[in-house]
Amino acid sequence: MILHPALILVLGALVLPWLPRAARQAAVIGLPLATLWAVWQVPDGAAWQLHFLDYTLTPLAGDRLTRLFATIFSLMAAVGGLFALKQESRLEVPAAMFYAGSAIGVAFAGDLITVFIFWELMAIGSTLVIWSAGNRTAYTASMRYMAIHLLGGVVLMAGIAGHVAATGSVAFVPMAPESWAQWLILAGVLINAGAPPLSAWLPDAYPEASWSGTVFLSAFTTKTAVYVLLRGFPGTELLIWVGMFMIFYGIVYALLENDMRRILAYSIVNQVGFMVVGIGIGTEMALNGAAAHAFAHIIYKALLLMSAGAVLYRTGRRKCTDLGGLFQSMPVTAVCGIVGALAISSFPWTSGFVSKSMISQAAGDQHLTFVWLGLAAASAGVFLHAGIKFPWFVFFQKDSGLRPADPPASMQAAMLVFAALCIGLGLFPAPLYALLPFAVDYEPYSGAHVVTQLQLLLFSGLAFFVMLESLKRTLTISLDFDWFYRVFARRLSEILTPLFTGLIAALERSAGALANRGGDVLRRHHGPLGALARTWPTGSMALWVTIMLLAWLVLYYLF
Amino acid sequence: MSTEKHWLVRPETIKLLWRVFIAVLALTVAAELVVHLHPHFGFDGWFGFHAWYGFLTCAAMIVFAKGLGLLIKRPDTYYGEDR
Repeated sequence: MILHPALILVLGALVLPWLPRAARQAAVIGLPLATLWAVWQVPDGAAWQLHFLDYTLTPLAGDRLTRLFATIFSLMAAVGGLFALKQESRLEVPAAMFYAGSAIGVAFAGDLITVFIFWELMAIGSTLVIWSAGNRTAYTASMRYMAIHLLGGVVLMAGIAGHVAATGSVAFVPMAPESWAQWLILAGVLINAGAPPLSAWLPDAYPEASWSGTVFLSAFTTKTAVYVLLRGFPGTELLIWVGMFMIFYGIVYALLENDMRRILAYSIVNQVGFMVVGIGIGTEMALNGAAAHAFAHIIYKALLLMSAGAVLYRTGRRKCTDLGGLFQSMPVTAVCGIVGALAISSFPWTSGFVSKSMISQAAGDQHLTFVWLGLAAASAGVFLHAGIKFPWFVFFQKDSGLRPADPPASMQAAMLVFAALCIGLGLFPAPLYALLPFAVDYEPYSGAHVVTQLQLLLFSGLAFFVMLESLKRTLTISLDFDWFYRVFARRLSEILTPLFTGLIAALERSAGALANRGGDVLRRHHGPLGALARTWPTGSMALWVTIMLLAWLVLYYLF
Repeated sequence: MSTEKHWLVRPETIKLLWRVFIAVLALTVAAELVVHLHPHFGFDGWFGFHAWYGFLTCAAMIVFAKGLGLLIKRPDTYYGEDR
């Protein structure tokens, strides 16, 4: 029997907190690497089957797409574990491993029920990661986060139940959202992808985790949703427009943001938007592009958040207004942050360039002019909001006077591994292309492509520095959809509570009055002096019976 | 610690960096004369299309964000200290 890769991490995570420190540190890197090995032992097709109620579940099934996502998830868990070796919390890293394992479980799920089970386990693991930051802000953020994900889970479960009831099959196969059940599945998955209108859960919660927690969070939930969309809803046109919205939402909110990790959180929504557009286009090129972009994105986004995490670890500060000039004393962190920033901007010779361009190419091939124009503008916008803004405000800008040292060796090593991968995949895309679900017939490095991309990005950089005054950071946040459940709902309850209390009191009063009146009536008729409670002589009773019998006799005789 | 500024943030270095940056910008546009572009839609073959499209869309996004900021920006203590 083949080992289930997800169970190595999920079950391993349950043992981790009780291990002594040295063993725990070894396991935090060893378990994900063992998982990576196990991922490549899973053959194509269903490997595990079991019967549950009336259904045949397939908790373990492999194919190219599954292996691609499971590979990057395990790699992410290993390098994230390395980065988090100095994490003092005994809960966070085991929770992160549990979370990573559940994401791998979704990737290997061959049926919708297994998808749902691991989906919910992910919500638990990720909530614990945020929660384990151990302060009040993180606690309240984790509760809001969990509420949204449980809602998403309920929507997904309702969809799956409806789908299974209608088709009689639990198999996880491509769906076109036609029935209401499939629409619910799509909606449940999109909530986890950070799609509108609920996107705010992501920038609300992720930046509240610890310096290492956010690194894990950035990788799994949204990319698992991308995986499920890739498998379940390829070519659903609506996704193009949902993705476009996410792309520009991410850019605009990141431009307004002051907290360095919230900038990067908004840019997760932006990057997932590119993948969702690719899934919506739905050609082999576009789906390859979306899958490749998810792979590349996990690496460079984790790298960016590691460099932000290193700054937070050393300085305890997260606001751009408090930071600046750190390149002088944190050269390794700054260089790694810049490599991540170049990769997210799809700079030539980085991983983002070889993956994102496939999505644009697919839009061009399908003659989707406005989509192509939107993607081109968005590429420039990514350089603007993440590519330059993050490194500029954190490492350069003004001199904040802070002179923190680079972080400990384990954190530097993790950053260097991912920085090397960002450049390595950019220079040698062939191994990544070989992992993609469809055969790749695409050459990213044409002269024209490199020149046009450089123009787009460098002139975006020009716009940044020319308009720097407009981008100056202020001590502000931007209202988002979370305002509705954090402020509006509370105010509404403050208004409605006295209203309802008054209404209920009035109802109680009138019900009481009604009951009293009813009692009076009863008393009048049935009370000691009531007409119906009087005693009647037996003689009058006999008289009335005689009269009625007579009447009956007369009527019987007449008719 | 010396009071002298790091060489990278001295005004003369910044001036030099600007000159290099502008030269590189000019080079990427001039490269169109040498590299054969294969425009897909037509308009993307206009001279320096990606350069001015990148610049203008970014400027537009900054202006739009700034305008939206007037509506939705709040002090960062808006949700209270422990939010």
